Amino acid sequence: MQDSLLSAVEGFMYPNEIELQWSILIVLYPYITGLVAGAFILASLERVFKVEAVKPTYRLALLTALAFLLVAPLPLQMHLGHPERSLQMYLTPHTSSAMAMFGFVYLWYLLAVLVLEIWLDYRKEIVLMARQASGWKKLLYQTMSLGVDDISEESLAIDQKVGQFLTVIGIPSAFLLHGYVGFIFGSIKANPWWSTPMMPIVFLFSAIVSGIALVLLVYMVFSYINGTRIDMVCVDTIARYLMYAFIIDFTLEGIDLLHRMYEADESFKSLDFMVHTKLFVSQILLQIIFGGLLPIGLLALPQLVAVTERARRGLYLLATSLTLIGILAMRWNVVIGGQLFSKSFLGYTTYKVDFATREGLLPAILLLILPFLILIGLLKLLPPWESTANVHEGEEPRAV
Amino acid sequence: MRHLMKNKVHLFRMAGLFVVGFLVFAGARAVFVPEGFGVYGHYRAGALEDNRAFPLVHAGRAACAGCHGDEPEALKASRHAKVGCEACHGALAVHADDPAKLTPKKPDAKTLCLVCHMANVAKPSGFKQISPEDHPEGVCTECHDPHSPADAPKPAPAPVQKEAAK
Repeated sequence: MQDSLLSAVEGFMYPNEIELQWSILIVLYPYITGLVAGAFILASLERVFKVEAVKPTYRLALLTALAFLLVAPLPLQMHLGHPERSLQMYLTPHTSSAMAMFGFVYLWYLLAVLVLEIWLDYRKEIVLMARQASGWKKLLYQTMSLGVDDISEESLAIDQKVGQFLTVIGIPSAFLLHGYVGFIFGSIKANPWWSTPMMPIVFLFSAIVSGIALVLLVYMVFSYINGTRIDMVCVDTIARYLMYAFIIDFTLEGIDLLHRMYEADESFKSLDFMVHTKLFVSQILLQIIFGGLLPIGLLALPQLVAVTERARRGLYLLATSLTLIGILAMRWNVVIGGQLFSKSFLGYTTYKVDFATREGLLPAILLLILPFLILIGLLKLLPPWESTANVHEGEEPRAV
Repeated sequence: MRHLMKNKVHLFRMAGLFVVGFLVFAGARAVFVPEGFGVYGHYRAGALEDNRAFPLVHAGRAACAGCHGDEPEALKASRHAKVGCEACHGALAVHADDPAKLTPKKPDAKTLCLVCHMANVAKPSGFKQISPEDHPEGVCTECHDPHSPADAPKPAPAPVQKEAAK
């Protein structure tokens, strides 16, 4: 056992540094919460900032955020084991622990922001579907409508106002949710790879980038599957916002890197060595070149030269896929990279991912597939495509 | 009231759901949070009493010295002065109460000594360390007196090869 562990070590490691404590599941956790926050920010573009062009993705963005938010705590649960103990976080809140307060941030965002906003936005369709459906579906939609059949213009206008208010609250909440994840890493002062006040900001912007990329990708793929026309004005606008957000994110990460290089504190040689060796593929190739510069270039191309509609769709598909890989690589580099070097700055360890174990690659892949399955369920339950509402709108209201 | 609720019934019902949620939360706290939680800190105050109620299993060095005067005395002046008797010999409160009730077993020196003295680069260089592969002969206590360890081991019975601990 000891021999196999030591074979993973180069140079000098303290005994408690040899084995990584935070596995690939902890890589997924900031990745998934980032997708949630980013998708919500995209939804708020339409609602708060009145960017009408992105309207076709508004509901899809909310449902995507919900699907991923439902999965967000699962990597933590699987990593820690004993999921029943997570309730203690609520029952005996520990106010001086950022990690312990996550439960409340999560619950607030899930119930008071996302579910409520989706419910208000869909209430008209929920009532209409409750009227039209039969059997268990009717019961389900009636339950979702809370037994209220009122979809008069006045009541929908009130919903609109309350929804607007919730989105305004939702933006700082989304910032809190993901800024918090960066805060957790940024406040670990013993680890120079993590300990920087830039961390929450970098996490937040990369979250916005990944969330926008995800919704754009999901919108194009689901439109293709559904056989509905892709609204090119919408995708062009989102792609433009994605490019802006990406440029800001890339610049922030660049400033962080530049600052580290210029400051060159006692950890720098060790971290620099790591980036050129163990993290070369995930940091230089996947995060910076193929997951950063290339998608920014692809997104910038239609801004600089005339590109056909078909080619733009291809560009966006490629750019969003690369972006999602790049941001995943960024999470990997932060979480895993931060555990590969010794606090003595004289040695490095290796992370070998297991496959079919509790914290292995297989559960990680399943956890990344799960939100898409939930999203498919949500799309069936609450179709975001406008047509559903229009078809049934003319029907006479019936008691629910 | 009816005027206030006009067109807002669904919102009041949703607010009602949140209130129910809060009540369930408060109820769950009343049931699941143990009595005395938070009195002294972020733990159940009664846990201190529970710990206190555990029977004592260690007798302490003074109890050992009462009967076995020589070894504890020798230990006091040695490098092992801060190692308690029961750290090596095990918890022996039962033996101290009634020696006839429990006769302590002699520890297996080859295993026990390595608990502390196994060579490891992370240990301070001044700390005596040994790799059993480099020094496989005999049992530690044949040359080293655990009650009065010296820098140089006592003369070993032939034919054990002498090798000072690193």
